Amino acid sequence: MFPELNNLLNTTPDRAEQGKLTLLCDANTDGSFLVHHFLSFYLKANCKVCFVALIQSFSHYNIVGQKLGVSLTVARECGQLVFLEGLKSSVDVFFRAQAEPHPLQFLRSVSLQPSPEVHAWEANAENLQPLYEFVREALKPVDDGEAAWRCPVLLVDDLSVLLSLGMGAVAVLDFIHYCRATVCWERKGNIVALVHDSGDTEDEENNILLNGLSHQSHLILRAEGLATGFCRDVHGQLRILWRTPSQPTTQRDWSLTYQYKIQDKSVSFFAKGMSPAVL
Amino acid sequence: MAAVATCGTGAGSTGSMVAAGSKNNVTSFQRRGPRASGSDSSYSRLVSIAGTRPSVRNGQLLVSTGLPALDQLLGGGLAVGTVLLIEEDKYNIYSSLLFKYFLAEGIINGHTLLVASAKEDPADILQELPAPLLDDNVKKDFDEDACNHKTAESNIKMKIAWRYQLLPKMEAGPVSSSRFGHYYDVSKKMPQELIEASKWHGFFFPEKSSSTLNIEPCSLTHGYIKLLQFIQNIIYEEGFDGSNPQKKQKNILRIGIQNLGSPLWGDDLCCTENGNSRSLTKFLYVLRGLLRTSLSACMITMPTHLIQNKAIISRVTNLSDTVVGLESFIGSERETNPLYKDYHGLIHIRQIPRLNNLIYDVSDVKDLAFKLKRKLFTIERLHLPPDLSDTVSRSSKQDLAEPSKLLGPGCGVMAGGKKHLDF
Repeated sequence: MFPELNNLLNTTPDRAEQGKLTLLCDANTDGSFLVHHFLSFYLKANCKVCFVALIQSFSHYNIVGQKLGVSLTVARECGQLVFLEGLKSSVDVFFRAQAEPHPLQFLRSVSLQPSPEVHAWEANAENLQPLYEFVREALKPVDDGEAAWRCPVLLVDDLSVLLSLGMGAVAVLDFIHYCRATVCWERKGNIVALVHDSGDTEDEENNILLNGLSHQSHLILRAEGLATGFCRDVHGQLRILWRTPSQPTTQRDWSLTYQYKIQDKSVSFFAKGMSPAVL
Repeated sequence: MAAVATCGTGAGSTGSMVAAGSKNNVTSFQRRGPRASGSDSSYSRLVSIAGTRPSVRNGQLLVSTGLPALDQLLGGGLAVGTVLLIEEDKYNIYSSLLFKYFLAEGIINGHTLLVASAKEDPADILQELPAPLLDDNVKKDFDEDACNHKTAESNIKMKIAWRYQLLPKMEAGPVSSSRFGHYYDVSKKMPQELIEASKWHGFFFPEKSSSTLNIEPCSLTHGYIKLLQFIQNIIYEEGFDGSNPQKKQKNILRIGIQNLGSPLWGDDLCCTENGNSRSLTKFLYVLRGLLRTSLSACMITMPTHLIQNKAIISRVTNLSDTVVGLESFIGSERETNPLYKDYHGLIHIRQIPRLNNLIYDVSDVKDLAFKLKRKLFTIERLHLPPDLSDTVSRSSKQDLAEPSKLLGPGCGVMAGGKKHLDF
């Protein structure tokens, strides 16, 4: 959790909002620091977190989390954190052909070779339903009456990888839609998802996914590389966009732009051009 | 980071491994150092794997890529458990050289090799590896080279481009044989006895592919499935993922895959615009999953200049940890450009991973060029930024004209002197 980012977003772990979809987006830079921020933020806010980590291993997040003040092993042991480690599970799913369902079983999916008339490989008709079932099961409210955790949170790092693994953009959008209905609306929780923006390379599926999610989300945090290139003191620019997707009010979307520098245990934010190295 | 799992040496270790329960504690990314769980016996075991060293930044276990200059640019070396993707140059000359350096480094350090290729038989590839430069030969040869250079150029002090005189090289000359990172002589072959003493596994795709055209499960190209199964087999059988507790000495598995994505692997990614784009990305994902759960490091060379669909390249970059692109000047108009006349090509560090950390070691230098001499593959900065110091006057040049400490006897061309330089 970066205190400066909390100030910019005007939240604290005690007053976390509910029922929101936050979209994290990075273009020409690495936006994973935002994922670490939200992970530690929600763990500190005493929420039950389901983390679908498809890109890095558990110990990576754990070590960074310790720098930010949360311990993922402790959270996992006491049930606050449900962690799906994509890389490790993919090996199990891929090599051991078992019939039992697994959240990532689309990795074993069978797709037929195209007939000679069809030139393009079509996305197979698989969907992410097993993954949705996993999330729903993980964020099920505890039945013993006493609410141990504040609100359920789903964190996905990241969704663009699902496209690389054979899912179509529509399947991923469906998955988020189902999760939103369950987590955000039914259980008043939050969803945070990271999508890479491919920029000028024409990745159509990724653009469909990104546009579709941008339209549905309440808060968009977009980490961009500097337009002028690499700089040692300013690592990038963060654009924060508040939206109200469901209400057709005249209230305009509100956005702020800051530049940031990532340090060992925190990230410092400053207004554009106001980097301490320049002043 | 190598495994903290208590498999291997030690009398009580098997007992404690059983007690530990889950077998999943063999990731490469656990922090070394004093831990609350008190598994301090692993400290000495980690350091004792030949050819590895911990990173100064986050304690990550690193292996050398075979090229000390590249190691320095990547923050000390290649982290165990990660993928290094080399985007090939147009005629696959320098990328195959980097591939050979990687394998040769594995042989020198005693690592196990896994060589996969669809073009050449791995046994042939291993015969062509460059010979290492070891201690006793090194100083003599380098003095020879240095003398040749010095007699010709000792009188040439930089007159106009005086700032280049002070430029530190990317690496020091090989005056001492270090355990981490060696230098190779491209004109000589690796001695036969070293190759035979090493342990290696080869995967030559034309031999392993069967001719039946069945339905491809998992939408992966046939070649990739076979390769993944082969790699997983080796990792499992030889205990690189900690599954075999009888193994005494831990070792690193170096996986080298050549020309991945080319049509020789059965992938039509480079041939058509709408090829099977998921096959390669899925392969990379599962491969990374295998690497993260074992003590191995992988170098892949990929002809990205042949891939028609540019979106795939960005996806592949996101799925790899370290990405380095090579661009050679052969055949392009840059070959005759006087700006590039000393160099053989450009090298682009496209991505460096942030492992166990928010920040990473990134060098400030973005435009790098490489030059291949017989015994040295140097990587140097191509352009200098403008001199923005406050007093660009002649009196300040006395301070600047001191020799840089990194210049060793092997650096030849730019030997610094203490003399003040005049225009």
